Amino acid sequence: MTRSDVTPTPWTALRGLTPARIALGRSGSSLPTAPHLDFQLAHARARKAVHLGLDLPALQGGLADLDLPVKVVASAAADRAMYLQRPDLGRQLDAVSRDVIDAPEGGCDLAIVVADGLSALAIQSNAAPFLSLVVPMLRQMGLTLGPLTIATQARVAIGDEIGAALGARMVLVLIGERPGLSSPDSMGLYLTDDPKPGRTDEARNCISNVRAAGLSYPEAAQKLIFLISRARQLGLTGIPLKDEAEPLATTPPRRNFLIE
Amino acid sequence: MPSYSHTIGGQTWRFDTLAQLMAKATPERSGDHLAGIAAIDAEERAAAQLALADLPLAAFLHDAVVPYEEDEITRLIIDTHDARAFAPVAHLTVGGFRDWLLSDATDGAALAALAPGLTPEMVAATSKICRNQDLILIARKVRVTTRFRNTLGLPGRLSTRLQPNHPTDDPAGIAASILDGLMFGNGDAIIGINPASDSLPAATRLLHMLDEVIARYDIPTQSCVLTHVTNAIELIRRDVPVDIVFQSVAGTQAANSSFGIDLALLAEGRDAALSQGRGTLGDNVMYLETGQGSALSANAHHGVDQQTLEARAYAVARICKPLLVNSVVGFIGPEYLYDGRQIIRAGLEDHFCGKLLGLPMGCDICYTNHAEADQDDMDNLLTLLGVAGITFIMGIPGSDDVMLNYQTTSFHDALYARKVLDLRPAPEFEAWLQQHGLFDAQGRMADQLPPIFRQAITGAA
Repeated sequence: MTRSDVTPTPWTALRGLTPARIALGRSGSSLPTAPHLDFQLAHARARKAVHLGLDLPALQGGLADLDLPVKVVASAAADRAMYLQRPDLGRQLDAVSRDVIDAPEGGCDLAIVVADGLSALAIQSNAAPFLSLVVPMLRQMGLTLGPLTIATQARVAIGDEIGAALGARMVLVLIGERPGLSSPDSMGLYLTDDPKPGRTDEARNCISNVRAAGLSYPEAAQKLIFLISRARQLGLTGIPLKDEAEPLATTPPRRNFLIE
Repeated sequence: MPSYSHTIGGQTWRFDTLAQLMAKATPERSGDHLAGIAAIDAEERAAAQLALADLPLAAFLHDAVVPYEEDEITRLIIDTHDARAFAPVAHLTVGGFRDWLLSDATDGAALAALAPGLTPEMVAATSKICRNQDLILIARKVRVTTRFRNTLGLPGRLSTRLQPNHPTDDPAGIAASILDGLMFGNGDAIIGINPASDSLPAATRLLHMLDEVIARYDIPTQSCVLTHVTNAIELIRRDVPVDIVFQSVAGTQAANSSFGIDLALLAEGRDAALSQGRGTLGDNVMYLETGQGSALSANAHHGVDQQTLEARAYAVARICKPLLVNSVVGFIGPEYLYDGRQIIRAGLEDHFCGKLLGLPMGCDICYTNHAEADQDDMDNLLTLLGVAGITFIMGIPGSDDVMLNYQTTSFHDALYARKVLDLRPAPEFEAWLQQHGLFDAQGRMADQLPPIFRQAITGAA
């Protein structure tokens, strides 16, 4: 047996603390063959996730228990290639979809939009379970909810047009975030007060990385409810609305080995 | 309004405005196509470059690509232009300026003296008629040195921002990545966390933790939690230990407004950081990030190409006297920089423009999973920027940012670049690495766990 030219990095015990690729060892000072090829495989898989389509029947089935009318719309980006190169089209509804939306009498306090974004997998995995936790909380706050809109080939700002068409005083967009090597299923939440086309990012609040191995559903829900309550008090969302919510202690805090 | 034209063999090419001339002359990228302002083909682009090369540099002082009346950054550029510093090149055209920059007579001292006399539009125009090797050779002449607790930007040095992001900001998880990075000799530029949560309580916890780690191990570096400048100001008001104030900046007033900032707010952020007096070697207290396409993304581009607007962001940056400026080149996605080729070109342009304007330029050499790029493209850009004398790059575990979901340079990559280009970390940090046995005097990593971290690692296991 020959001696290995891979020098170990003897802190592999820390790997349990983070999904980050730590303690990979080194060949000289370079990446050893095994972690190098692991990375290449993960990249190939993440590239595949970007191009996966939304399974609408499965998603609608998952959302049926919420007792909200569901409408399906599409952005003006006709396919994935167009979507990736023309973000402007992903922010608008196509002509047919504009006719699908009709506003409830008197509008609504909050409209919820479920959008595929860059990861249909994120929405497929997280949208229904998250909403089944959050929608009862929203109802308990006394909010009137507009119909639930599922939008395909959609960017965050499509919620502005949908919210405006629904006469919504606030819009919540659940969207698939760009797939990472280690997290192809990360969902983002974007909250926008007084939605209308032309709103920009400084008018929104974002909660990111909602998924099983990231921000848990109860933690994300707690943050969201905090933001919605504050937004209704202040009459705005965006940069002036600071997230002061204390994190929920869903997992016991772990000792920080470097300083404790 | 002047118009611009160039005649080649009886054919005349006309460009209605300076912004149009610049956009048509700029090397091809998807963002300019998205904005509908790109050259229709390579011939029109080459003609525009010929016309641009004939333009006097002084023309940029009289014709603004974004109107003076509408934009505080244009006003900043024009009102703070230093005519005396500009004098040595005031007679030159854009093409003549490229030759002057390449000349052996033009050295780092001349370029440092010239910087206040250059406008972003002048350097952007020049970059458009440079090949990649010109962008490298010229930028390499410029040295920009900044200080907070160590010295960054010295010749023969390559620093890294240790980026220990964690999907839920878990302190133990972040500490694990910090340790991994320090063991690989990373973190001399800054230890900078992108928080998953933008909440003030979360930022407070992270800042206290970074402060304790740096103090406990006496690491000659600084820390940052990349949160909005208004958050940093509020945290400082609450006496939270903030070393460096972060902000993303862009090249138009409207784009900055979409970020929720203006020039006055940046000045307020800098004053807040200075009020803490936490720097031991210098008063460069800000860390700024930029990236081509941000103005278009905010629908605030005024018909100006993304590379020119990126250079204008550096006018914003330089009034902040930053410790570090980071062009996050491939993060924005393929609608602005389509593939590895465009990302590489943009990274070299940004470094060139920033350095000529006197900034401590680094680059987040990166790509997303929806761009046509891969690790080989990043190796190319890393090597090219290393040759160009870049101040700092990112360092993360295994190139995979598990919070922001993109790929950037790894701890290993930084050691590759230092090895093949004979570069070293910042001197104070290098001395710390050697003093504690993380690296030897030849710059090689230790085979054994150094005593300074032995107990922490053993205790964590």
